[in-house]
Amino acid sequence: MLFGIEWDTSDNLTFAISILPILLRGLVVTIQATILGFFVAMVLGLILAALKAVPSRVVSWPARIISEFLRDTPLLIQLFFLYYVLPEFGLVLPAFMTGALALGLQYSAYLSEVYRAGIEAVPRGQHEAARALDLTGRDTFARIVVPQAIPRIIPAMGNYLVSIMKDVPVLSVVTVLEMLSVARIIGDRTFNYLVPLTMVGAIYLILTLLAAYGVRRLDRALPKTGIPMK
Amino acid sequence: MTDPIIKFDSVGKRFGAITVLDDLDFEVANGEKVTIIGPSGSGKSTILRILMTLETISDGVVYVAGEPLWHERRGDALVPASEAHLREMRRHLGMVFQSFNLFPHMSVLRNLTEAPVRVLGLSKSEARDRARELLDMVGLADQAEKFPHQLSGGQQQRVAIARALAMRPRIMLFDEPTSALDPELVGEVQAVIRRLAEEHDLTMLLVTHEMRFAREISDRVCFIDGGRIREQGPPEELFTDPKEERTRDFLQAVLADN
Amino acid sequence: MHWTEYLVPLGQGAWVTVQLTFWSTILGGILAFAAGIGKLSAFFVFRWLSVAYIEVFRGTSLLVQLFWLYFAMPILGETVGLDLRFSPVLVGILALGLNIGAYGAEVVRGAIQAVARTQYEAARALNFTPRQVLFRIALPQAIPEMMPPFDNLAIQNLKDTALVSLITLGDLAFRAEQLRNFTQDSTVIYTLVLFMYFGMALVLTAFMRGLARMTGRWRPSGR
Repeated sequence: MLFGIEWDTSDNLTFAISILPILLRGLVVTIQATILGFFVAMVLGLILAALKAVPSRVVSWPARIISEFLRDTPLLIQLFFLYYVLPEFGLVLPAFMTGALALGLQYSAYLSEVYRAGIEAVPRGQHEAARALDLTGRDTFARIVVPQAIPRIIPAMGNYLVSIMKDVPVLSVVTVLEMLSVARIIGDRTFNYLVPLTMVGAIYLILTLLAAYGVRRLDRALPKTGIPMK
Repeated sequence: MTDPIIKFDSVGKRFGAITVLDDLDFEVANGEKVTIIGPSGSGKSTILRILMTLETISDGVVYVAGEPLWHERRGDALVPASEAHLREMRRHLGMVFQSFNLFPHMSVLRNLTEAPVRVLGLSKSEARDRARELLDMVGLADQAEKFPHQLSGGQQQRVAIARALAMRPRIMLFDEPTSALDPELVGEVQAVIRRLAEEHDLTMLLVTHEMRFAREISDRVCFIDGGRIREQGPPEELFTDPKEERTRDFLQAVLADN
Repeated sequence: MHWTEYLVPLGQGAWVTVQLTFWSTILGGILAFAAGIGKLSAFFVFRWLSVAYIEVFRGTSLLVQLFWLYFAMPILGETVGLDLRFSPVLVGILALGLNIGAYGAEVVRGAIQAVARTQYEAARALNFTPRQVLFRIALPQAIPEMMPPFDNLAIQNLKDTALVSLITLGDLAFRAEQLRNFTQDSTVIYTLVLFMYFGMALVLTAFMRGLARMTGRWRPSGR
């Protein structure tokens, strides 16, 4: 029994059907962690991207090194670091929050690169044309560059959202009850790992295939030249 | 005229709704040097690409050296050609492309020896001797160890000509060989083709926009428009006294450009 | 315990991490080429197998794959009468290699398809067989294009090796967790470990850059 739901181990199919609601409870946590982690990554990534773009090297170099460091070290270790080290400095967060923060940190480095690439993909001539029209630097960025960068950024962001979802199981090591840890608990108690773990794999496959389809649709639906401005 | 080495018998070629070749009849005699001219989109290059088996045909039959190219004989009937038949037929032909298409990851020498060794089964030393002879002929004997990107466009195209000749084809196809070149490099490539035309009994089929060059090297010039041959004849005749209205208009337009 | 004393067990763990990375990257590379080329095959069966492999291993989480191979596969083996219990090392290499190979396959496919159409035409005009075209014309030009994404995948793989500590393999992450349990000195241990992974990533990137230069020697400089 888990979450008050009983399972029935009489045969594999009945077992599978009986644990599906339990796994879906885990899936809800997985999705919550994905969304929160993605949100943190979006915000931190924006800050990193801005710092990396600062002309002064005193600012941009440390930002680059931090970004590289976050990208080149394992999520698992970053997670343990936050989980065990933050409390030593008096910051005690629930495991779920720590997990989302770790996901956000790791992926902020990736998203900062997505932002940078999106901005750089806007042709040079657009900046020059804006300059010729006497737009200020800020107006050029906000009204000319960003609307054209967004359609280039969104598909890549979608792919990273899916990546985050696939990394959520790592959070099980700090007791977050996401879908994989739920499946393991069921396995530990019934000695049948095959059914719950296969189901988790299948659910992931369905979700990622749907997401990939969604990203493709989105990519096709987005205007290639920019988001129209009212 | 003896049996033609190339024969298009009522050949049609369509891309979807667009007709590129329309019931085309066309023959080339062994050893003949033929230039095809015409406006862009008229199907000139398609004729060469069909012969090189880079594009299929929609209707009709193409014969090369008396054998159907895109078909095989089965009893009295013609059936679509197998890959083995196409491989056999391709041995007759060599092609020079507008954009050279040398293999960028191979030295000039390897570009010339790779196919003779792998496809014809020549020994490496045999292939190398043949390659050096050909490089000497196109005036690039000293460039054998370089990579394509280290050569000028004109030099690359001369290597490409040598590469095609290394397979000892009976028919050479030149698809706008000088169109991608800077003007000052056109001459060296034309000189090589001219020498080939004068000194060898190769059958040559050339698509070009260079009318003066066409006039110099061709036995016959064909004007093609709308997927058909509108007029053909010896160059002096076609260039000085075109019979057809369309030919006149076309020649006037291109000669005004030159 | 002084922090320098941590270096011996952590060093041992790092050596396991290096070996895991090495063997799983080799396995992943082989699978990447097999499935990447398979996806472009003229034969339906090869195409279908490649697509199924790529989608399954890209579409499910690595940790799910690792646990499935470690906990579930032996049970599946029992039901069909096969002994599918493998050592954690073997399962670790298998899971990592299968996972990274699926991502690599898409890189291989993309790079082969990016070779200019005119190169295939020139090869056909010279009468190369399809196999010769693939191995002598297309792949040598495609491989240098694969190197930057392969660099990213190798780093990804190095980071992913940390997950095998969860099936009791004594890699760097496992040693770190052991030490922490023993000393409670989390800050020093995890800082050290983070920097050790970072160092290994830098070495790996340098190695991959060297490989990229080697495979792309024929290319004009500055690319």
